[in-house]
Amino acid sequence: MLELRNISKRFGAVQANDNVSIVVKPGTIHAIVGENGAGKSTAMRIAYGFYTPDSGEIYVDGQVHEIKSPHDAIAVGIGMVHQHFMLVEPMTVAENIVLGSEPGSAFALDLKAAATEIRKLSEEFKLAVNPHAIVEHLSVGQQQRVELLKALYRHARLLILDEPTAVLTPLEVEEFFSILRRMREQGKTVIIITHKLSEVLAISDEVTVMRDGKVVGGVQTKDTNATELARMMVGREVLLRVEKPEPKIGEAQITIKNLTVTSRDGSKPLNDISFEVRRGEIVGIAGVEGNGQTELMEALAGLIEPSKLSGQMDFAGTDLIRKDARSRRELGIAHIPEDRHRRGLLLDFSLAENSILGVHYRKPIASGPGEIFLDDGAIQDRVNDIIKNFDVRPPNPVLPAKALSGGNQQKLIIGREFHVHPKLLLVSQPTRGVDIGAIEFIHRKLVELRDGGCAVLLISAELEEVTSLADRLLIIHEGKIAGEVDPKVATLEEIGLLMTRGH
Amino acid sequence: MKTLFKELLFPLIAVLAAFVVGGILILLVGDNPIVAYRLLLGSALSWPDGIGQTLFNATPLIFTGLAVLVGFRCGLFNIGAEGQLYVAAFATAWVGITFASLPAVFLVPMCCLAAVLAGAVWAGIPGVLKARFGSHEVINTIMLNFIGIALVSYLTQYHYKAPGDPILQSVPIGWGAHIARLGKFIPGLPERIPLNLAFLLALFCCFLVYVFLWRTKWGYEIRSTGSNPAAAEYGGISIKKQIILAMAVSGALAGMVGINEVMGYRYRYYDGFSDNYGFTGIAVALLGRNHPVGVILAALLFAVLQHGGIYVDGFSEHVTKDIVQVLQGIIILFVAAESFFKYMSGKLRIKNPGKV
Repeated sequence: MLELRNISKRFGAVQANDNVSIVVKPGTIHAIVGENGAGKSTAMRIAYGFYTPDSGEIYVDGQVHEIKSPHDAIAVGIGMVHQHFMLVEPMTVAENIVLGSEPGSAFALDLKAAATEIRKLSEEFKLAVNPHAIVEHLSVGQQQRVELLKALYRHARLLILDEPTAVLTPLEVEEFFSILRRMREQGKTVIIITHKLSEVLAISDEVTVMRDGKVVGGVQTKDTNATELARMMVGREVLLRVEKPEPKIGEAQITIKNLTVTSRDGSKPLNDISFEVRRGEIVGIAGVEGNGQTELMEALAGLIEPSKLSGQMDFAGTDLIRKDARSRRELGIAHIPEDRHRRGLLLDFSLAENSILGVHYRKPIASGPGEIFLDDGAIQDRVNDIIKNFDVRPPNPVLPAKALSGGNQQKLIIGREFHVHPKLLLVSQPTRGVDIGAIEFIHRKLVELRDGGCAVLLISAELEEVTSLADRLLIIHEGKIAGEVDPKVATLEEIGLLMTRGH
Repeated sequence: MKTLFKELLFPLIAVLAAFVVGGILILLVGDNPIVAYRLLLGSALSWPDGIGQTLFNATPLIFTGLAVLVGFRCGLFNIGAEGQLYVAAFATAWVGITFASLPAVFLVPMCCLAAVLAGAVWAGIPGVLKARFGSHEVINTIMLNFIGIALVSYLTQYHYKAPGDPILQSVPIGWGAHIARLGKFIPGLPERIPLNLAFLLALFCCFLVYVFLWRTKWGYEIRSTGSNPAAAEYGGISIKKQIILAMAVSGALAGMVGINEVMGYRYRYYDGFSDNYGFTGIAVALLGRNHPVGVILAALLFAVLQHGGIYVDGFSEHVTKDIVQVLQGIIILFVAAESFFKYMSGKLRIKNPGKV
């Protein structure tokens, strides 16, 4: 169906694709895996006409095609769904789908025919999308199906999906996969770009592994396994399971009682929550995103106005409710936020300046009379320490934080928060958008911190991550704790039901 | 060194482009651009009158440029420097008049303090309003410009004017509030040129602002707030405090214009003295890339234009001093369009390597 032959593409000093050849057979689901920056998205964007390759050819159905723009790609039957949806939210599904190829005359838009066509496609692939629904009212999973419809409506025979499951909940992923299988049955070809190995094994027929801009291997999915794929992706042996000793649990570090967050509109994103985290244990919180996880972490970190809070947060004898973020940090609370670009980093600031956020005002960083002046030596010591212990690359303290890859940005944040030897660590989505190699490293560091006696509260959208790291697992649903399970024995179905039904 | 060059490159291009476009305009109105520019620059850079006057003109622009810069670094747009410097100048004169009999040892610091405090308070008000109620500082600083300027005008007219004086100005300040003109120390520079110690104060303030913003914890907090308020909050920084602090510091800097004007130049409050210093300060900060060194360079450039403009007016046939306004306008336009140019050059860079 599609063949990339000896494709090379260079951006400035970076060889994004180096002699890449990929053969995608018709009627298959073909996974392209690799770490961030391995060149998978570049290769697919070349196939879709976003970039023109420096050299190499693209064959569609055995014939060489010059694909210079997405327009050319659509003409030969290639469609692409991006990681970030390209939908006009206040418009209806039908309007979004016809956008760019509006039916009817120049003066009248014939949406009726389009709606019929969309309904037909929707039924054929069991997408269950109403063409007249407003896009912003749809769930993320439904919006993704609108994106699929957009490609199908343009008669795509090959669909390229860039990290399609990154935004979906576990249940939505299952549903999404059955849609993909249905498409394969109908003769469509699917390319799925991902770095989640479990999904590759679950859905694909063939896998192409990329590393550093090159194709390092192609295998039949049935002949491979996660360990082998991970080794090919990273280029060395990777430990996929988290190895952790039995926890040595101490006293309660924080006891939360009847914690409620009331928003301005009167709704309660967090509703009467009580639990405790003890020294030396990792308590995991699982839940579908948007069920109060963000509010819980922000409430604990002191980032929600006290007037919106009620209940108690007893931190080894001190009630935290009226304490601001700075005094909580001084008490020994560290926080790895879920959104590192919004909360965690000053992207325009250097690594050195980022490494002191939160401790910038006190010794040893601030020195001199009244501890007013920033001590360059102390800053250098600190940032170099973090860079060394957390393997931040490139190890250059004067680079702006935005110049780092997601994984390295995360390591910088984790290094900074670990550096204060916290008593309680609040950590959200520690490995979101992070390479496999770095994930292993981050997991190991979290377990080390736990074994040092720190209380860790972990929130992650990755079920596998919470179940393998946590010593106890709480499930949150609509702002309430829906239940507690032992992650060692609980099944994914059990957890999934609590996540979605709340009981 | 490389980054310094990169930082300077764009402002330089903007200035050169402005001169080219300005030259075309001069040609169109029927004068020789080279002659006009020679007049402009030659007069502003002649010794001692040109240079002395140019440096004097640069002094308030350095202060207001720094004021706007401090606001920008905290993510705030202080367009109220104009009102702040008027209020501060009046406060300076008020102290100099009220305590006229005090010796210089007391009166000079008191007057300076009055300038700084008045500016800080006048800018602090919109700071507090923003921190407390979230009302936008742009609106409030503009409004306070009108209020401040009208207020000091009223006070001068009805309370501090010498009886029978046809000019709207206050009675003179005491001798003890005068600061020395630089002609006193520099051979060849006549004392009639108003360049005074406030110029050195302005340069020193550039150094202070640099140290404050980049070497102290307060500066770190202000810049963090300006760069990413959510991250600053996460780092335990009170955004509200930073907003008030940055506005107050900004206003204090704008207020120092009063020192130059009242204590070093006219020795009284003269209504309407400001040649839009507060607004030109915005352009100075932008052209100076929100860096103290850049502010000095940009203030000097604008001062050269202002001073040279007078000569162009007098000695050329068609071109008037409005050409200065045109040049300033084009410079600002080019600087403001920077992100557009960057975007375009970025696009070109992506497209080109495709074909080898």
